[in-house]
Amino acid sequence: MKIILRVVFRCLNSIDWPLMLILFLLTSVGMVVMQSAVGGTDARFADQARNFYVAFFAMWIVAVTPPQLILKFAVPFYVLGVVLLLAVMFVGDTSKGATRWLNLGITRIQPSEMMKIAVPLMLAWYFHRREGTMKFLDLCFASLLLLVPFLLIVKQPDLGTAILVFGAGFFVIYFAGMSFKLLVPVMVIGIIGIGSVYVNQDTLCDDNFDWKVLHDYQKHRICTLLDPSTDPLGKGFHIIQSTIAVGSGGIYGKGYMNGTQTHLDFIPERTTDFIFAVFAEEFGLYGCVTLLVLYLLLLLRGLAIAVRASNHGERLLAGALTMVLFIYVFVNIGMVTGILPVVGVPLPFLSYGGTALLTIGIACGILMSISKYRPPQT
Amino acid sequence: MFDFKKYDQQQKNNFVLRVIVAALFALCCFVLLSFRFWVLQVERYEGLSARADSNRLAVVPIAPRRGEIVDRNGEVLARNYLSYTLEVVPAQAGNIDELFDALTPVVFVSASEQRRFRRRLAESGKYASIVLRNNLNETEAAFFSANALRFAGVQLRARWVREYPQGKSAGHVVGYVGRISEADLAMLEERGETGSYRGTDVIGKKGIEKTYETALHGRPGLEELEVTSRGKPVRVLRRVDPTPGSNLVLSLDMGLQRIAEEAFKDLRGALVAIEPATGDVLAFVSQPSFDPNLFIDGIDVESWRLLNESPDHPLINRPVYGTYPIGSTYKPFVALAALELNKRRATDLISDPGYFEFGGQRFRNSGSTAFGTLDMYRALVVSSDTYFYSLGPEIGVNNLHDFMKPFGFGQLTGIDIEGERRGVLPSTEWKRNAYKTREQQRWYAGETISIAVGQGYNAFTLMQLAQATAVLANDGVYMKPHLVRAIKNPRTDEQTLTVASAEHKVPLKKENLQVIKRALAEVTVSGTAAGAFSGASYATAGKTGTAQVYSLRGANYQSSSIDERLRDHSLFMAFAPVSDPKIAIAVIVENAGWGGSVAAPIVRKVFDAWLLRDKKTVPVPVRQTNATVPETSRMAVTPRVTP
Repeated sequence: MKIILRVVFRCLNSIDWPLMLILFLLTSVGMVVMQSAVGGTDARFADQARNFYVAFFAMWIVAVTPPQLILKFAVPFYVLGVVLLLAVMFVGDTSKGATRWLNLGITRIQPSEMMKIAVPLMLAWYFHRREGTMKFLDLCFASLLLLVPFLLIVKQPDLGTAILVFGAGFFVIYFAGMSFKLLVPVMVIGIIGIGSVYVNQDTLCDDNFDWKVLHDYQKHRICTLLDPSTDPLGKGFHIIQSTIAVGSGGIYGKGYMNGTQTHLDFIPERTTDFIFAVFAEEFGLYGCVTLLVLYLLLLLRGLAIAVRASNHGERLLAGALTMVLFIYVFVNIGMVTGILPVVGVPLPFLSYGGTALLTIGIACGILMSISKYRPPQT
Repeated sequence: MFDFKKYDQQQKNNFVLRVIVAALFALCCFVLLSFRFWVLQVERYEGLSARADSNRLAVVPIAPRRGEIVDRNGEVLARNYLSYTLEVVPAQAGNIDELFDALTPVVFVSASEQRRFRRRLAESGKYASIVLRNNLNETEAAFFSANALRFAGVQLRARWVREYPQGKSAGHVVGYVGRISEADLAMLEERGETGSYRGTDVIGKKGIEKTYETALHGRPGLEELEVTSRGKPVRVLRRVDPTPGSNLVLSLDMGLQRIAEEAFKDLRGALVAIEPATGDVLAFVSQPSFDPNLFIDGIDVESWRLLNESPDHPLINRPVYGTYPIGSTYKPFVALAALELNKRRATDLISDPGYFEFGGQRFRNSGSTAFGTLDMYRALVVSSDTYFYSLGPEIGVNNLHDFMKPFGFGQLTGIDIEGERRGVLPSTEWKRNAYKTREQQRWYAGETISIAVGQGYNAFTLMQLAQATAVLANDGVYMKPHLVRAIKNPRTDEQTLTVASAEHKVPLKKENLQVIKRALAEVTVSGTAAGAFSGASYATAGKTGTAQVYSLRGANYQSSSIDERLRDHSLFMAFAPVSDPKIAIAVIVENAGWGGSVAAPIVRKVFDAWLLRDKKTVPVPVRQTNATVPETSRMAVTPRVTP
């Protein structure tokens, strides 16, 4: 009896309750919106519920694992990931022009998904090892560790995942102490770059203009973002229809289950990447801001865990994973509202998809693990 | 250990700073998103909301139900029935060949229907709904419904289809509807009426269906639907019912119409019967006729060829389109002109030696019969050409023109059916305008002589002759002739008469009318039409006539030796009862020869049917139509003009 109580206590104690509360709220919102998005009776609703159970279970498993142990997995996990990515490159399954999957006979896996965890884990482990002796060379090596999987994923091509993997690695390097002197010019160049693309869109989006670094379909997406009306029935359709859905929600929204764009099939991918349009249409500006506040709370809790982490590696890992969640949210909502190009990034807790939820569950599990396992105070 | 701790603390502070910067960055991004929400959901709300509505709303027109056409007793000439139609939107249906293959076991679609479908596909494009098959029966409709899910873009629809239960009878009167053509569309556009034809695919093409198109059509309704992105309707948000087209009540009496048509047997010709007091057209025959039902779905090639190439020209609406020199049936009007214009008194005696000499030329009576000395009465009864030849120069062509015009000769009668021709009421002015060279434009005195007996340049429609007869019967009161007596509101059943009052009155002296009417009455008693009307229980006034098709120079006309289609037309004009005319009639039988033997008996049948319709239980003994004709009248055949 006593043992059982201790096990229960141990289980409960391994949970970070403030984070858990936020996750619970987001999950509730996710299930409610899914119900509307699938339009009443659909197997997807039950599937998504199952996905949540699996994700929470994985989260709990990770949460009860000490962070030191998790960091020990970094190298094998990372190496396995890169090997699988290489395998995808040579023997991967191709569908819709992208080679992203490995067929294992029983099931198909997408190795790029695990890199969202593996890359920040690897980098955090590396910086943890090199703590105190950081040199410029370390920064270069870390960059290499990041760029190899990033480029392999870009090559597939899978811009959405690549952005998330890159963001995760980048934030580890940033938190590890990347010089602001290096960072600020990069950001300035980035802003100028985006600005010039915007100004010169007519030339750049000319059919004969070759962008060299990006695929034609990626060029198309960016050009469509700049002016969706050039392709109202093709690529621009997603952006136009999701923008209409969000905008027509107005301040108060059309009401739960009353979104016309949603229920009359005007929103493409409405259970997955574009589910935010469903939410925005039915819950309006109030709903959107409330949801953003929930995500912001998640972000702040994650960063707080990072700040209170017991060692350097855990700090970096927690900070980077939290910022990955932020990138998820920003890129997805930015895309649905038409300020970012259409890239395949799901919205955490709302979008349908077992793999994405599992990844997020593991990330949250790591955060909890870091939050709870503190070395005894000296 | 202490050093390490200090270092750790420093690094931690550094980390906190970076966390704060990252948090601020994230916050900025979220503020940016919030700003974007505000732009879309507040600033651009109206526009985007409207676009969401235009996405989901579709307005579908509902075609009005076309008005019905009934005769004066309520017998139906045109009505609508509900028919199941298979329609295809090619854009949704995918490959057309595959569709046909898949459909065949479910609903039979003939090769010609497939061809017609492809032709319409080429015309109207692949987004329009195109009829694949009409008139599916209940079984076929049910069978298709059960399999409907298999055929995307194929719809089973119930729609109103026009039907003409009388078939050939009165085909020219009622006309027909047909699919709206490019030309119809252009016409509708010009009139700004395209809107009221949304959802409608037929329009009146001929006859009453055409002239009363506006009244029959009605106004379309609409249905505002909520649709999915694929255009599938989800629910009806608003519905405005269509206003059905007005029903038309014809002045025609179908019973009389049928009797008149049957009286023609296999002969070609036309007949118009008018109620003089009202202008109601009681019967309107154009023989041979056609079945308007053939045209509704677009006539097939074979039927069209038969109709169009037939030497009998069944598609020509003879009473209003055919123009003829009306021969002796013109004489009563010429005689009346002479009296009214004081050119000759009724009692003036004229010697008829069988010919009339003018400018060294001889104008012969038909058959060169000499009638001796005649007054007007006698001249009409025996149909003396010489009497009227001599009247020509006395009255003068322009005086005759001015007198005849208010009777409607050479004028559009204004009857409510399309395709009416004006014909020619000759005058010197007319000839000046009609011809090019000086020589041709000159009016020759001899030409007036032929005109006085209804020949020469005279070219009138049978409608005009019937109308003039009605005006004569009605003592000069001109009622505009009409086939549609009233327009009936389909909701309230309220009737509006199309012709309520007289158009004008030809000023005629009573005693002059008396002379003419008495003479015409005698025609059916002892004159040229005596045979046809012997034994009639009512008094009829009438005049036979023969219109020339083929002119013979001096030689005798031998009907048997002439090609049938070059034989003369047989004419008859009449009204009855003489004292109080209830019906006025004109009839022409093409290439049938002498008027008294063929045209008059047809009129007798019609008159009997109309005037004795209340006494049907008491059959009146009627002698056979081809009864022997008295000697005198047999010789008084209408003239043959020798120019």
